[in-house]
Amino acid sequence: MGRTNRPVGRKVSQDFYTIEQAGDAFVVALAGNPNTGKSTVFNALTGLKQHTGNWPGKTVIQSRGEYIHQGRRFMLVDLPGTYSLLASSPEEQTARDFLCFGQPTATVIVVDATCLERNLNLALQVMEITPRVIVCLNLIDEAQRKKIVINHQALENRLGVPVVLTAARSGEGLGQLKEEIALVAGGIIRPQPVPFRYPADIEQEIAKLDRLLPSTLPAGLNRRWVALRLLDGDQAMIDGLQKCWGNNVLRRETA
Amino acid sequence: MSEQILECAALEPAVREAERLRAEKGQLFHDQIAASIYSRAEDIAKDVVSAAGVKTDWDHKIDRLVTSRIFGYPLMLALLGAVFWLTITGANYPSALLGDFFSAIEKQLTALFTLLGAPAWLHGVVVLGTYRGLAWVVSVMLPPMAIFFPLFTILEDLGYLPRVAFNLDRVFKHVGAHGKQALTMSMGFGCNAAGVIAARIIDSPRERLIAILTNSFVPCNGRFPTLIAIAMIFMGAGATTALGSLAASATVIGLVLIGIAVTLLVSWLLAKTLLRGTPSTFTLELPPYRKPQLLQVIVRSFFDRTLFLLKRAVVVAAPAGAITWVLANVYIGEISVLAQVAGWLDPFGRALGMDGIIIFSFILGLPANEIVVPILVMSYMAAGAMLEPESLGALRELLVFHGWTWLTALNFMLFSLLHFPCGTTILTIRKETGSVGWAVFGTLMPLAVATLVCLLLAQTARLSGLL
Repeated sequence: MGRTNRPVGRKVSQDFYTIEQAGDAFVVALAGNPNTGKSTVFNALTGLKQHTGNWPGKTVIQSRGEYIHQGRRFMLVDLPGTYSLLASSPEEQTARDFLCFGQPTATVIVVDATCLERNLNLALQVMEITPRVIVCLNLIDEAQRKKIVINHQALENRLGVPVVLTAARSGEGLGQLKEEIALVAGGIIRPQPVPFRYPADIEQEIAKLDRLLPSTLPAGLNRRWVALRLLDGDQAMIDGLQKCWGNNVLRRETA
Repeated sequence: MSEQILECAALEPAVREAERLRAEKGQLFHDQIAASIYSRAEDIAKDVVSAAGVKTDWDHKIDRLVTSRIFGYPLMLALLGAVFWLTITGANYPSALLGDFFSAIEKQLTALFTLLGAPAWLHGVVVLGTYRGLAWVVSVMLPPMAIFFPLFTILEDLGYLPRVAFNLDRVFKHVGAHGKQALTMSMGFGCNAAGVIAARIIDSPRERLIAILTNSFVPCNGRFPTLIAIAMIFMGAGATTALGSLAASATVIGLVLIGIAVTLLVSWLLAKTLLRGTPSTFTLELPPYRKPQLLQVIVRSFFDRTLFLLKRAVVVAAPAGAITWVLANVYIGEISVLAQVAGWLDPFGRALGMDGIIIFSFILGLPANEIVVPILVMSYMAAGAMLEPESLGALRELLVFHGWTWLTALNFMLFSLLHFPCGTTILTIRKETGSVGWAVFGTLMPLAVATLVCLLLAQTARLSGLL
């Protein structure tokens, strides 16, 4: 497709969210805060099979790479490092849009074990969008040095998704991570994120909006999450939603 | 195609209902949603993390204190006050020493000029104009800078500034600006041009513009010495007594607070009028506290800041001193050029509780704010009073001789605090916004604010009979 300055409407969203050449590979998103060793994990998993470019329409770098695990191809998409998915920076928007509309088969959230609390903010927000999540608790070696002990089982229980301990720099735990990704992407494990209740008045409004939303949402979006974003007044999200909608219908019409 | 429009329309009721709810509750949902997620993260972390390292524990304890709702602001004020107090008390003695030193050299220079039989005008330009200007800048501004910058750098190095930003974040969000503006404002205390560039960390163009346009309302390194010197002279009665030092420190703190208040007020006005929109949320990382490397701090802040600024002041002040002397000594008919221009500006200056020469100094000081006082002093000296500014006391006499009162001093400091940013900052605004229009606005808007504040103050003082 040639570049035009003319707004190309619904076509844009399709280019935006569909990862080319995925073919029969599982698309796996890699999310995480900045400085959590996300890139180290990405490099360790994909080796030299990487492509870099920009996300269409944004000046945000997009990296993807491939690896083969037990005969299956996995396409890893490195999302920009962000602290949250709530705000309006291009990085956060890109990361969120991909999680919503790119429909990755699984999402790995890289979490810094030395400051779990701050990192969990992002993890919780990702889990609101998609349940197919694996938490990669990275920098576990550094946490040990700082005498920080994290109860692995308790964290898994509280989140409701698999948690893998890694020290990506030394390669520790990466085999286990690949294994978990394969299990979640292949649908053998179906993580059930622990549902999160907001304060009563917000829950009330969510229920109200839920009733007003159409019966089916595009891209298999979580109704509750869409209601929350509407309540949040997230205009970029609303626009994206409407675009993706047109896109969905377009696919249906041409099919 | 029709199906698509139909389906898009299906989203409308929910979107409209959400809009209605938001109009009712404002930012409440946005904040509540963010707060719920954060508190859940905290809850889980508390549950699964144990035996956290001793060091982080300390960090947390200190953070609780310095960012607490009750102690946060008083602690900020106390630290700032301590820095100013140390600066003012400590600067007095070396200032006088340097003043004596330079005036001794001036006598030698004058003797040399007489010995060589140099014409009076040359002596005037070189010694009375340029040399005195330089001597003044060095003796009055060097000691405060040499004390203030290391102290400020220590606070920076400790990791205290991000905590200040954290404390102020709430307020900035409240006025409809970005919380990170607290950081760019803190940067502005160093240098407004740097603060304007730092506004790049704000992603939303609307909030970035607000941060850029209001940055010059906090005093930069170039203006701190000016404010400190005038506060020492007028509010601190030369700062020779403990009480005087306290009064001078309190004045500078007051000015900083006024600067912050005006920043917030103007941000709010901009967010309500020209630059409307909702503030965005962000995560501010509080870095761990570090032990500052004292020696390095002193060396670095002396060379990087003190000498850098002094060099800039000298480079600009020397020609400005010569030009001022020429302007004051070239006559058109009966009066000098300087007196002529100052005469035109005088009604405007008087209305603001100052005079024409002060306004003229501010205009000549556009390239660099730190030369406003040297130009002012030289203009006053050229205009008659033959005083050597060898000490703060002599400077006070010079200013009083030209009709200065505490009101003049206060208006001068307020005008210095709020008036247009320096030339470098204006150029930076143009570069960062990519628009001449915003640069002009960023110049004229603060000028209007400064004029308004001084006008109100001067007129109120006059009407209420305080003067």
